[in-house]
Amino acid sequence: MEKAGFDQNRVNLPLWLLAEVSYKCPLHCVYCYNPVDYATYGDELSTEDWLRILRQGRELGATQLGFSGGEPLMRSDLEILVAEARKLGYYSNLITSGIGLDERRIATFKEGGLDHIQVSFQDSTREMNDFLSSTRTFDLKQKVARLVKKYDYPMVLNVVLHRLNIDHMQQILEMAEQLEAEYVELANTQYYGWAWLNRDKLLPSREQLQRAEEITNNFRNRVENRMKIYFVVPDYYETRPKPCMSGWGSVFLCVTADGFALPCHTARMLPGLVFPSVRDHDLRWIWYDSPAFNAFRGDVWMKEPCRSCAEKVKDYGGCRCQAYLMTGDAANADPVCDKSPLHSLVTDAVERAAKGFTSSPPKLGGAASEASGEVPFGTTPALRATPPNLGGELFFRDDANSLSLAGGKKQPSA
Amino acid sequence: MKGCGAAVVKADQIPLNDDTIFEIAHHYRFQWEPAQQMHVLLYPEGMVKLPGSSGEILKRVNGTAKVGEIVADLERAFPGADLRGDVIEFLEHAHGKGWIRPK
Repeated sequence: MEKAGFDQNRVNLPLWLLAEVSYKCPLHCVYCYNPVDYATYGDELSTEDWLRILRQGRELGATQLGFSGGEPLMRSDLEILVAEARKLGYYSNLITSGIGLDERRIATFKEGGLDHIQVSFQDSTREMNDFLSSTRTFDLKQKVARLVKKYDYPMVLNVVLHRLNIDHMQQILEMAEQLEAEYVELANTQYYGWAWLNRDKLLPSREQLQRAEEITNNFRNRVENRMKIYFVVPDYYETRPKPCMSGWGSVFLCVTADGFALPCHTARMLPGLVFPSVRDHDLRWIWYDSPAFNAFRGDVWMKEPCRSCAEKVKDYGGCRCQAYLMTGDAANADPVCDKSPLHSLVTDAVERAAKGFTSSPPKLGGAASEASGEVPFGTTPALRATPPNLGGELFFRDDANSLSLAGGKKQPSA
Repeated sequence: MKGCGAAVVKADQIPLNDDTIFEIAHHYRFQWEPAQQMHVLLYPEGMVKLPGSSGEILKRVNGTAKVGEIVADLERAFPGADLRGDVIEFLEHAHGKGWIRPK
């Protein structure tokens, strides 16, 4: 292994530990960022594994802990992990769809010291058009909202936006108001995992976005401080990339359900990097010494135009996963940046979004080889410029699709 | 990661005098972080660093101590300094940020 060019004193602490405790999920969201081949992954970590990770993370200085997934409530030992997190001094956040949250569980979480619950709002059915009128979903969310309030948590709603629901902005906000949400995050889909696969059906047009923002601003003025509303635009409509993860290996450490440590939620897809398993290594080695966590620290890995760009200290060249997905090389500039020679990959996608899309039968087989991440690291640009299922139907995140997309692959990709 | 809950609702200005009692705001947690060697305030998906005197002041905001007592206690701990102005200024700032609230 090449000596890591960073001594411990120069690397920031991993303040954010994300525990993706399970890839299992009762929902089948088309915009999920989880890896498309998740169904082929190995065993979930044990309770003991997670307790060890929580201890190690805290020793490294992590203060915020997220329980996520998949759906974290799928783990029946979540109560144990929550209580341990509090004992260790984490501020713990449960990031959930709310499905599986009943009074018995929330009472135990409260007693164990869970600090915060973020409920995501999404459809739980394939009938996208029923997204907002689904009585079943609305009842469930109301029940969850009541529980959240009863147990003295702030009501924090997260709504993922895409072209199929963004035109319902007014109804979404009214629903949030009915649920007495105190915070609403309207987060446009980011295009990774399943969302990447479905991108051309999910990316809203500029017109849709502008309308949604206008509605949001009007609503915000009406409710004032009663409800804090955040609107996150899709970065495809920006001209500078997001400072992804505040820099690679800078703040954020994610541990997946099957035990791999990642510097971001989706880095697992990047070929050529060996992401360490927490079964084999402790978090200290992983954070400071593992080649994967050092791969994109600092700026020595950068190419032009990033290398000589004054803004590299602000955005770190953007998102490595997006650079890889769209240009085929994770070390390229994030093509969202209009200084990138490949920025047209983004503007082309936006143009297609303006034209809308037509539906045709799904081509599961065709997508498999593209989606399984077998393109070697650093191959020619533009190889993966577009998602693989152009013209197909939406891929719902479920085990059957995952297995098909993995193309019979037996081993985890990490 | 965006930190929905990280929002700070600007509180209305309040009259602040020696008898005012503050407590740490709901859903915030104040603690010492050994790894950072400083006090911090944790809230949903976020953290405020409180180096030096800011940490010393908030350490004394406990829902029972009056502002006058906090000033006196700090002046005992750090003799020779006239801290009243700094303490009041910081408490106003912390209240404006929603970190503390009057009891």
